[in-house]
Amino acid sequence: MSETVSASKHLIARQAGSALWLARYMERIENLARLLDVTKTFARDAEGGRNWLSLLRINDDTAAFFARHATPEGASVAHFYLLDAENPTSVQSAIRYARENARTLRALISTEMWLQINVFHGEIRALSAIDIVPEGLSGVCAMLKEGVQAHTGITEGTFYRDQCWHFYMMGRHLERADQMTRLIDTRFNALLPSAATDAAIDAGGWNELLRAAAGYHAYRREHPHGYVPREVAGFLLLNGAFPRSAGLSLAQLDWHLTTLRSRYHLRGCAPALTRLDHLRTMLASQTVDDILGRGLSPFLDWMQRELAALHDDIVTRLCGG
Amino acid sequence: MRQDGVLAGYDPGNLFCEMLRPGEPPHSALSLLHERLRFLPVEALRRRAADAERDLLERGITFTVYSDATAIDRILPFDLIPRVITADEWRTLETGVIQRVRALNLFLYDVYHERKILADGVVPRELVLGNAAYREAMIGFDPPHGTYVHVCGTDIIRDDNGRFLVLEDNARTPSGVAYVVENRHMSLRVLSDLMAGLQVRSVDEYGLQLHRAMTEIAPAGVSDPQVVLLSPGIFNSAYFEHVFLAREMGVPLVEGRDLLVEDGRVWMRTTAGLAPVHTIYRRLDDDFLDPDAFRPDSQLGVRGLMEAWQRGAVSIANAVGTGVADDKAVYAYMPRIIRYYLNEDAILSNVDTRSCAEPEGLTYTLAHLHELVVKPVAESGGYGLLIGPHASKVELDEFRARLKANPANYISQPMVKLSVSPTLCDNGVKARHIDLRPFAVTGRDTWVLPGGLTRVALRAGSLVVNSSQGGGSKDTWVLA
Repeated sequence: MSETVSASKHLIARQAGSALWLARYMERIENLARLLDVTKTFARDAEGGRNWLSLLRINDDTAAFFARHATPEGASVAHFYLLDAENPTSVQSAIRYARENARTLRALISTEMWLQINVFHGEIRALSAIDIVPEGLSGVCAMLKEGVQAHTGITEGTFYRDQCWHFYMMGRHLERADQMTRLIDTRFNALLPSAATDAAIDAGGWNELLRAAAGYHAYRREHPHGYVPREVAGFLLLNGAFPRSAGLSLAQLDWHLTTLRSRYHLRGCAPALTRLDHLRTMLASQTVDDILGRGLSPFLDWMQRELAALHDDIVTRLCGG
Repeated sequence: MRQDGVLAGYDPGNLFCEMLRPGEPPHSALSLLHERLRFLPVEALRRRAADAERDLLERGITFTVYSDATAIDRILPFDLIPRVITADEWRTLETGVIQRVRALNLFLYDVYHERKILADGVVPRELVLGNAAYREAMIGFDPPHGTYVHVCGTDIIRDDNGRFLVLEDNARTPSGVAYVVENRHMSLRVLSDLMAGLQVRSVDEYGLQLHRAMTEIAPAGVSDPQVVLLSPGIFNSAYFEHVFLAREMGVPLVEGRDLLVEDGRVWMRTTAGLAPVHTIYRRLDDDFLDPDAFRPDSQLGVRGLMEAWQRGAVSIANAVGTGVADDKAVYAYMPRIIRYYLNEDAILSNVDTRSCAEPEGLTYTLAHLHELVVKPVAESGGYGLLIGPHASKVELDEFRARLKANPANYISQPMVKLSVSPTLCDNGVKARHIDLRPFAVTGRDTWVLPGGLTRVALRAGSLVVNSSQGGGSKDTWVLA
């Protein structure tokens, strides 16, 4: 790497944590927008209620949801995730936390990043019941996705790539890996054709799953012949070119951690690197068939726990707890 | 003149107008600016003002007001019509401010060492040693280069004759410099046509100069000192300025919880472990700096910081205990303090000030209450003051009682008719009162930012420019 980046410049531990969280919260907004959008598109039939319920399951939100609403349907779930500032997993909360972390980091992030987050925050705060009627929901989801994509693009183009950027990027990849395991876990089994009924492949459902993951077109290109459950799982979990696959997120996480250790001499990277190494080995040493054979759900549960532990390793050892 | 131009119908009456300057010989740059303003329609100015306001809000160039657990980001209202200071005027201001900062530092050194000025009876002993801002902990301490006031914000007004007068010295943690620079950026964005060709001095150097001063005061023997900016955190109303200064200096923005004292040295908690800190530019009041030395309940400070500083392991700017020098009652003695240490007359005069602690001052103040401005010495932000000519009979009577009950708490001054500047108001461009706060940065020597915060009282007739009481700001153009 260039000799002009000063490896001796210090980063305040607390601010490293803020960078990580900033990325996670922004990623969450895009993920939620994608999930809401596809769920709405595919929930028009009698199965609708079940689809909305599965969206709540992805985020472990069923208990919190039923404390506020009676029935999981488009209107109540959209309200819960888009307007409810009391719900900590809503976009209202996510943008508030993101902005608070960005405020903490204002001296380190670019002024363009701050400006865009600030304006985006205003747009999200201004959302009201009128905006999330069924005809409007897709527009809101598009606004949210575009807002995060603008953030991601501005970050790519303006954020100085010193330590702080590495922490930011680790947050992004941790969040993507985590979201992907949740997405697969909640949808995959429901889509598997039951052997007893020998039902046809549920093309619409697979389509929805891949669209929610922003991987539909890439998957088509890779597998033009149709949907094969093990190929979909392999694509979402292991594909090295799909930007949101769990495997690619982990590989990038590894690069950032390794750079922080070697270039910036952060000894606190060691536990996270050890854990990540194990996680990646477990993923790489198995074929999709191995994973499916042993049970996808237990494996994804284990991955989620490991990702949470990885986050904790990074935060406790590098970000001052 | 265009009928709808910015200056059409503008009438400052018999007040001193900083834009029109009646009676002064024509000044080429000012004449050019007048011409441009005459051809700028008010509606165009209003559109630009709306753009600027939205821009400031979006950029988060705001101060935060907290009420009922909700945080509201407010911008400091920005009036686009600039305030101009000529090169000659600036020379006076600059030398006057430098002289004043020198005197403040010499005074502080003296009152924390030999106290000669007290022994010689120039300043009353009780006023200094009995002052709440006097810090016993500072007695005998030698700050590098004898500098206590590293950043000074001197509040200066002009009277109806255009004479500059110092209203107040801010020697603790004066704020507002970020607005000076951001206002300029805004002018460059929305008013570049007004500015073109005028030799307006740049304000971009502030961060470099501040960093230089912080480096100069670092403990001896440190070759590449680590400077940090210590902020109370994101909930402080001036947090934006802390961000601004950390960024302009290129140093970490830290909070008390990011620092600790260990083995007699100050460290910051980084991703790589503890890293040494050599100079702290703190934007935290004395009281909160170190729970061991001052308020034990402070969550914002750093335990043991005072001791580490006194042992010379770290430098802190501004020094602790400077509040005794910018006290409103000590202010009355500043002309004598300058003469005492520098053997010079003050370049910038004080407003004629009477201390009600002195019997003749109290008698005079009570007799002339309806024509005086009376200020409590311990308040800031324009609170608790009486503006005699604007007060009702009831208000005068109430204040008289308060004054008699605790005369030592008050000073009085004649009401100065502050200079005005054309300012965009709802009902057109009107004359509004303004003041000026230049910023002086001192390490080894003093440097003054060519500009300063011009605050404007947006309410008609109001003399109170404080942002907490309906004040706004203007860009200050110092001509080369």
